[in-house]
Amino acid sequence: MATEQLHHTALTLVDHLPILEVLVPFVAAPLIVVLGSRKLAWPIAFVASAISFVIACLLLLQVLDGSYISYHIGGWAPPLGIEYRVDAANAFVLFLVSGISTVILPYARASLEAEIPRRSTTLLYALYLLCLTGLLGVVITGDAFNVFVFLEISSLSTYVLIAQGSHRDKRALTAAYDYLVMGTIGATFFVIGIGFLYMATGTLNMADLAERIAVQSDSRTIRAAFAFIVVGVGLKVAIYPLHLWLPNAYTFAPSAITAFLAGTATKVAIYVLLRFMFSVFQPGFVAQVPTLEVIILPFALLAMFGASLTAIFQRDLKRMLAYSSIAQIGYMLLGIAFFSQAGLMATMIQLFNHGITKAALFMGVGAFVLRAGGSFYHHLNGLGKSMPWTSAAMVIAGMSLIGIPGTAGFISKWLLVQAALDAGWWPIAILIVASSLLAVIYVWRMIETLYLTESKAELQARQAPMSMLIPLWIMALACIYFGLDSDLTLSASRTAAEGLLAGSTGME
Amino acid sequence: MMMLNLMPTAFIFIAAAFLLLALPKGPLRAALLLLVPLVAGAQVWSLPEGTYGQFDLLGLTLDTMRVDKLSRIFALIFCIAAFLGNLYAWHVRDTVQQLAALLYAGAAIGAVFAGDLITLFIYWEATAITSVFLIWARRTEGAYHTGMRYLIIQITSGVILLAGTALLYRETQSIAFGAMTLGSLGTWLIFISFGMKCAFPLMHNWLQDSYPAATVTGTVILSAFTTKLAVYSLARGFAGTEILIYIGAVMTLFPIFFAEIENDLRRVLAYSLNNQLGFMVVGIGVGTEMALNGTASHAFAHILYKALLFMSVGAVLFRTGTSKASELGGLCRTMPRTAVFCLIGAAAISAFPLFSGFVTKSLILDETANEHYPIIWAVLVFASAGVLSHSGIKIPYFTFFSHDSGLRPKEAPVHMQLAMGITAFLCIFIGVYPDTLYALLPYDVEYRAYTMAHVVGQLQLLCFALLAFAVLMRSGIHPPEIRAVNLDVDWIYRRFLPRILGGVSTGLSQLWAGLSRALHETLESIVAFLFRVYGPDRGVAKVLPTGSMVVWIAILLGLVLVVNYI
Repeated sequence: MATEQLHHTALTLVDHLPILEVLVPFVAAPLIVVLGSRKLAWPIAFVASAISFVIACLLLLQVLDGSYISYHIGGWAPPLGIEYRVDAANAFVLFLVSGISTVILPYARASLEAEIPRRSTTLLYALYLLCLTGLLGVVITGDAFNVFVFLEISSLSTYVLIAQGSHRDKRALTAAYDYLVMGTIGATFFVIGIGFLYMATGTLNMADLAERIAVQSDSRTIRAAFAFIVVGVGLKVAIYPLHLWLPNAYTFAPSAITAFLAGTATKVAIYVLLRFMFSVFQPGFVAQVPTLEVIILPFALLAMFGASLTAIFQRDLKRMLAYSSIAQIGYMLLGIAFFSQAGLMATMIQLFNHGITKAALFMGVGAFVLRAGGSFYHHLNGLGKSMPWTSAAMVIAGMSLIGIPGTAGFISKWLLVQAALDAGWWPIAILIVASSLLAVIYVWRMIETLYLTESKAELQARQAPMSMLIPLWIMALACIYFGLDSDLTLSASRTAAEGLLAGSTGME
Repeated sequence: MMMLNLMPTAFIFIAAAFLLLALPKGPLRAALLLLVPLVAGAQVWSLPEGTYGQFDLLGLTLDTMRVDKLSRIFALIFCIAAFLGNLYAWHVRDTVQQLAALLYAGAAIGAVFAGDLITLFIYWEATAITSVFLIWARRTEGAYHTGMRYLIIQITSGVILLAGTALLYRETQSIAFGAMTLGSLGTWLIFISFGMKCAFPLMHNWLQDSYPAATVTGTVILSAFTTKLAVYSLARGFAGTEILIYIGAVMTLFPIFFAEIENDLRRVLAYSLNNQLGFMVVGIGVGTEMALNGTASHAFAHILYKALLFMSVGAVLFRTGTSKASELGGLCRTMPRTAVFCLIGAAAISAFPLFSGFVTKSLILDETANEHYPIIWAVLVFASAGVLSHSGIKIPYFTFFSHDSGLRPKEAPVHMQLAMGITAFLCIFIGVYPDTLYALLPYDVEYRAYTMAHVVGQLQLLCFALLAFAVLMRSGIHPPEIRAVNLDVDWIYRRFLPRILGGVSTGLSQLWAGLSRALHETLESIVAFLFRVYGPDRGVAKVLPTGSMVVWIAILLGLVLVVNYI
């Protein structure tokens, strides 16, 4: 199924797309700092992100048939050199991450201007691009240590981005600090795991690792590596008991940053988890099934219910959405726990659909914060009348969050239920539906606040600016579009699931 | 007629709905409403058995018209009921009600002809959505909420049906709607969905809640379709499922107690409807050819006499504005014809010989005995006495006789009288010439309702109950004298039954109140508990110090390591 390509002779631009995907934002970030111009910062960031998005689209189209692209950096052949490897699974995630970033940037301009002092904006865009670079790099690379490097690039910039929320609420600083401590421990675990792997196999290239692990999977070192990597990445994913950094980080970060992170960061972490669990460690790896059944499955269920119930009782819409994210991550983990093609497909499609849904919702919250001065429910009373467009987009995205037919969320829930039934776990299928009912409650609370409560007389919120409304509506309409026309997402996630389940053979 | 035969019957109703909107308000519309069931009935009558109107949908074949004897008899009585209901509602000029009545009947008939579960589901939900407008048409706050509750339950039953269908399809790769056996989750879900619509015990509340809340004419129409559709579906899918016998027996019993203490006569009738459904469900549970014949014929007869009773009480409500037993009485002076029709309906439901209930109910009763369910048989006989008590006596007595309420309403409008007259005629006709009905039944019948044993047995039951009632009436006027003469019967009626029934009903209502209070308290404490655990800044959602977050990482790592090494 793989296509061998000659990379050293053909030096057309198309062959360099994988490295350009990461390189463009990576170079643009210091450019912003060097130029130091407030006026140029945003256009550079936007153009860089847009180029990445276009490249991601091109890459996705190339690998949709199940083939993959292997790019050798500097012409050094792996396993010695660093390899970038694009297949359906990560091209799909690249498409999501760069897409969300490109839609959010126009939105971010007005939102950040209101929430961040002007002197910080230039650096903020640089950090934003670095974060994007890190996320894209994590996804595209085929080298285990390179994953760690890019993970740190994205994490470090994320900490600073979250801390920028301190201009609105000082608690952003402790949120960023907590995340820093937690994230660093997670990254350390991850690098320890990679260290163990290197110790046992002597290689860092993923495909190479996969081959060697396959022949010595009984080694204790490798098993320990598995545990460290699962927990380390699990922290970035925000698996239920390791989610504690997430609500504060999402709540106190600037609105546009929250929208970006919620749509991308945890999704990328899920991808890394999938890549390591199924490609590096093969599906047949001895500890795979017990880890899935004893750790991932129960914690996924716990997340679906615990986080949803917590979300119901929140007083702050932004915080509610943060908890709902944890619950939705539970669905993705559940799909992994099914350990079947249908389950992985559900995870991949939920990853995408929840990315756009949550991005839309957090964008709406940003608009409310801008015009109504906060995201607590009492700020939002009756905004359905004074901010009709923002509210309507929130309702659409909210329906996608619940999984109402005709929205993107429905497709992923449907696949997940199907996967549960395929596995013969119908009690789990019932639990999926039951936890969706909890989503109905917290989304209804939002709708009730927006439309059915009287607004305060003295507070007359204006319509959000067009630069925010249009991106918000692009995202909201995407929720509907991908709910009606699921060809692209379905075929991409099916190919991705097939590739992942093929284990190391999928990497050859 | 050729054209018509190619069209699923339900579509006639849908097409007529568009036509209705094009017509001006007034008699033309009302005439159309009468014509449509007649045309549909003629089509149903003339269609030979077979499967028509197949569609392909997403690789599944939908059979929209499966005509066999079982579906035909139900479709036929639905057409008759639609005709009678619309005649009764001739005076209604409300477009919403007219449309709802038309489409509701069409959906019910479509569901009866459904040859597969998807088609059944579509019409199943259609009956729910169309019928709720008959409740909302009252346009009161209370009717709105009742309608909402009704709709939620009906839609839920449809959703459960769909879930069951999906599961069954995974299992058998077929969506055909035929005989099923309970066992898999899919069939159980379908069974529960049918049961919800059939008002099984504990799923029955929607019936007594909603039917009395509809408009005068709406109740008459509502009473015919939804539950009988469920009976048909059970007969089609679960004939011979033994659990139905016991469910049915409970259904015949428990509504009696509630009907006895209920003051709203339309609600009394709703309880009695529930009780009658029990007889049919028992018949399905027994599942022999004779028993299924009994169920089909009883449904046929039941739709007529129940409609007749609802019509007569409705006419009273229409004229006086109330259907409460305590506010009515003595209306036979000014509404004599309605009173006679009501009595005929009462006689039919009480299964007097020469009335329709007698020739159909005895089929079920006999078959229960033949198949050796003596206890069930006894329960059904007791329930029959109960029917006489609350529907046969209580309804006509408190409305038209009893003490004089002083009300002097006009006789019911002519079209209502006409509708009641035709229905009453049919009740008697079936009772006198049962063979005409028997000829329509799904299986060949060799049954004689008028044997000496039947007639005498039934008359004994009825006469003693009636005698008791006569005595009661007398005793109201001459207490000491009458009571001395007929103490035993009197005591049964005035002391023993009320005490038992009263005791049982107070017990039941106390139990119910206790249960609902307990449920309410439990729910409250659950929510309070959830709030304690999940509420903002509490329990799970508390912002933990960094150190304790890290502890979780350590714990999880430990867990994964343990799992890895074991």
